[in-house]
Order: sequence, then structure tokens, then C-alpha cells
Amino acid sequence: MEETAGYPLVLDGPDVPMVRFVNVTKCYGSLTVLDNLNLDISEGEMVSVIGPSGSGKTTVLRMLMTLETINGGVIYVDGKPLTHMERRGELVPADARYLRMMRAKIGMCFQHFNLFPHMTALQNCMEGPVHVLGLSKVAARERAEQLLSMVGMIEKKDQHPARLSGGQQQRVAIARALAMRPKVLLFDEVTSALDPEVIGEVTNVIRKLVAEHNLTMLMVTHQMGFARDISDRVCFFFGGKIEEQGRPQALFGNPQRDRTRLFLSAIKEAG
Amino acid sequence: MNFEWRWDFTWQILPRLLEATLTTMAAAAIGYSVALLGGLIFALGQRTPSRVITFIVREIVEFIRSTPLVLQIFFIYFVGPQFGIRMSPWHAGMLALGVHYSAYLSEVYRGGLDAVPKGQWEAALALNLSTTSTYTRIILPQALPPALAGMGNYLVGILKDTPLLSVIGVAELMHTANSIGAANYRYLEPYTIVGLIFLLISLPLAGLTRLFEMWVRRKLGMK
Repeated sequence: MEETAGYPLVLDGPDVPMVRFVNVTKCYGSLTVLDNLNLDISEGEMVSVIGPSGSGKTTVLRMLMTLETINGGVIYVDGKPLTHMERRGELVPADARYLRMMRAKIGMCFQHFNLFPHMTALQNCMEGPVHVLGLSKVAARERAEQLLSMVGMIEKKDQHPARLSGGQQQRVAIARALAMRPKVLLFDEVTSALDPEVIGEVTNVIRKLVAEHNLTMLMVTHQMGFARDISDRVCFFFGGKIEEQGRPQALFGNPQRDRTRLFLSAIKEAG
Repeated sequence: MNFEWRWDFTWQILPRLLEATLTTMAAAAIGYSVALLGGLIFALGQRTPSRVITFIVREIVEFIRSTPLVLQIFFIYFVGPQFGIRMSPWHAGMLALGVHYSAYLSEVYRGGLDAVPKGQWEAALALNLSTTSTYTRIILPQALPPALAGMGNYLVGILKDTPLLSVIGVAELMHTANSIGAANYRYLEPYTIVGLIFLLISLPLAGLTRLFEMWVRRKLGMK
């Protein structure tokens, strides 16, 4: 990891963003996936990330979930560094213990749901609260049942994932992530693996979250209509950089950059 | 040549052989228990972040798998004392069987662990589960069902290898049959009975393993 002198140890002031990427670079060997990324996400904001495959958009989420390390820069979450920690007045790469503390603020839903197949829907949602947060079984069950009701899966709570459709599995996965009470929730192409007719049941749950909760959300998606409807801001990624970002009406209605226009028209033709 | 089967001799030696069967079964059970745990240690030892540890464990496993069990039994029993490790034949035998099959079982575990999709590790991390919880609650339960068939094979395997313990004087079935034969100058009956006893244990064992595998899958909600 490169020099981190000059990066603040904490973020303070009136407008501390929930997530801040500062000069974040990610490489796989000689391939630069993200190139000096700077991005702020405010508390309660819903940001959609769009772009062609290989543009680094999923990597943004994976770095934030600490599934990937970074090669340069610093990521801050809730005012504190995520990728680094303070040691004698300097930022050093975060150790496992610090990462576990910071990771509690972040939740993630995956393209392929990744539910635990040996547990029922309810058990999936109780696993984290019981074994990480230390909730009693009773309290965890109550929380899980409430969330499964919210995503419309309470009737299927005792089913194993193999008995659920993709849309149902993804709704359980959202409930499972919410049960950990994260401040930031990440959606990584959560509708890409779904049959078209069940996409709506998942997007409706996300709509509900946007309307009723003050969660900070970052969503990688290929569903432009959905992104346009619910996002506060849309970022178009190209070649490891943010090519263009703005309010959805502006970005979809009147894109400023050629690459954005090309991408959006290609999507329109395909869809 | 004399092919005569003597029933009176058969009934006379049967109690001793049945008693030795208990020793054989105990040896297999204890050796297998050691191997179940040792195999897990060998398998997890190859999954630490440290490449040095992975390399060392890998080499130990390869070494054990490439040398004969009977050599390992002799080595522990006869060479051990030179290093101050003095053991009864029984203990030395259990250790040798256990360690030998640990190496094989670790490969079975490794296959099971590799079969767990990467997404399961990522989901566990996203839920902030500790490494211990990730293994005990998420990964190992899923690694178990595909490993059970292989584990069952080695249970039968370890049972059939217990006669090797006779070389250091453990009074299991083979050893008992040998001494009966030598004392009476008759080998047909004791050896035949020993073969039948092994068959009678091995066959149900293989079937029970399959039933157990089905039960575990159902218990874990998997087809």
C-alpha cells in the first residue's frame, strides 16, 4: 500500500459523508480496475452505479465490503477510515480486528443471493444477530420475523433456500442483511440472476427501503428504469473512473459525455 | 492334503475370536476417531494465510501417504523409544493408524471444503462472522455431505488395516487367529472365520454410511 501521509485520521465537520473514497486505486497485477476514485455518499443517499462490464463498478462495492483490499488511497465510512486505522498518529493498513469493527456498519446483497443452504430462511436471518451481535435467540427471532414480514417472506420462513425461487431467495437475503442493522447497504446486481417475472418483487422491496428507511445505499445495476426511479444520484463508470454523475433525470435525460450517451443508447437498443 | 472342516474345533475357537473382534472394532473406532480429528487439522492447516505452514502440512501429508502403514507402525513402536517415546503396542498402533488415516481423510475434507462455493465465504464475511463461526457454522456443515462417502470408504479401509497391528503384538483378530493356528496346527477354520467376521462388519458399515449420508443431507435441508 502506498503512502498515506496527508490523509485525515478521522473526518469531522458539519457535512461528513457516510462513505468517502479518497484517491482509491485498485489493481489486479498490471490491470488497473479503479483509478484514483473520489466519491462521497451522504447519509441516507441512494446512489446507483452503472456502466459497462469491466468498468470497475462491482469492485467499488467489494472494496467497501472489505472483500477486496485496495492498492492506494483511503476509504472512510461514517467518519472513520475503513481500509486503514490509526496507529501513533498515522494511518496504517487496518488489521483484522479493526476491520471486523468497521464491517459492522456495512451490509451487502449479492447477485447470486448466497443464502446459507443448510439453514431455513429464518435461520439465515438469525445467524448474524445471534452469533455476531450477541442477541438472544428470542430477540433475534423477533427481529428476523419482522424483517421477513417486511420483505413478504414470513410464510416461507421455515423453508430452506433450495425450496425458494430466486426472487424469494433475494428477498430473504435482503432481510438477512438488514437484520445486522447496517448503516450502509450494498446491492451488487441483485436482479441480474433473476427471471424477468420476479424482478419486480425484489425491486419493490428496495423501493420500500428507500421510502421508509434512512439507509445509505449503493447499488450496482443494469436496470436503468429502476435506477432512474429510485436513485438520488447515478454514477456512470467507465474504465475505472466515474465518467459522469448526477441526478437521474439529468444523467438519463441529458447526458453530457459521449461515452454516457453511447452506453445508454446501447442499453436502450438491447432492452 | 486335508480339506476337512472341523466343526468341533470351530465352536471351540469361536469365543476367543469373537473376543478379539471387539479388540479389532475398538482399534478401528479409536484409530478412526483420531483420524477424523487429525484429518481436520491437516486440512485446515493447508488453508491458513501462511504459505510456509501450508507447504509444511502439505509435505507431511504427502510423506505419510507415500510410506507404508506397516512401516509407520514399526517406526513408532520400535524407533519411538530411542526418542524417549515409549508406548504400549496398543497405543503405538492407535497412533499409527490414526495418523496414517488422518492424511487420507484430510484429502477427503479438502475436497469437501473446496466444493463450498466462494459466495458462502463472502456472505459469511458480509455478515461479519468470525473465522471460527464461519468454519463451524457455515463452511464445515456444507463441506460434510460431499465428504461423507469418502469418509465411509476410509472407515472400512481402517477396519481392514487393523490386522497390521498384529505385527507389534496387538491381540486383534489376525493375531488371535495366528496364535490359534500355530498352537493347533490348523489354520483353515480360524482364517476362514476371520474373513467372515470382516465381511460381516464391512458390508453393513458401507450401507450404514450411505444411510447416514442421506440422514445428514436431510437434516441440513439439502437434497
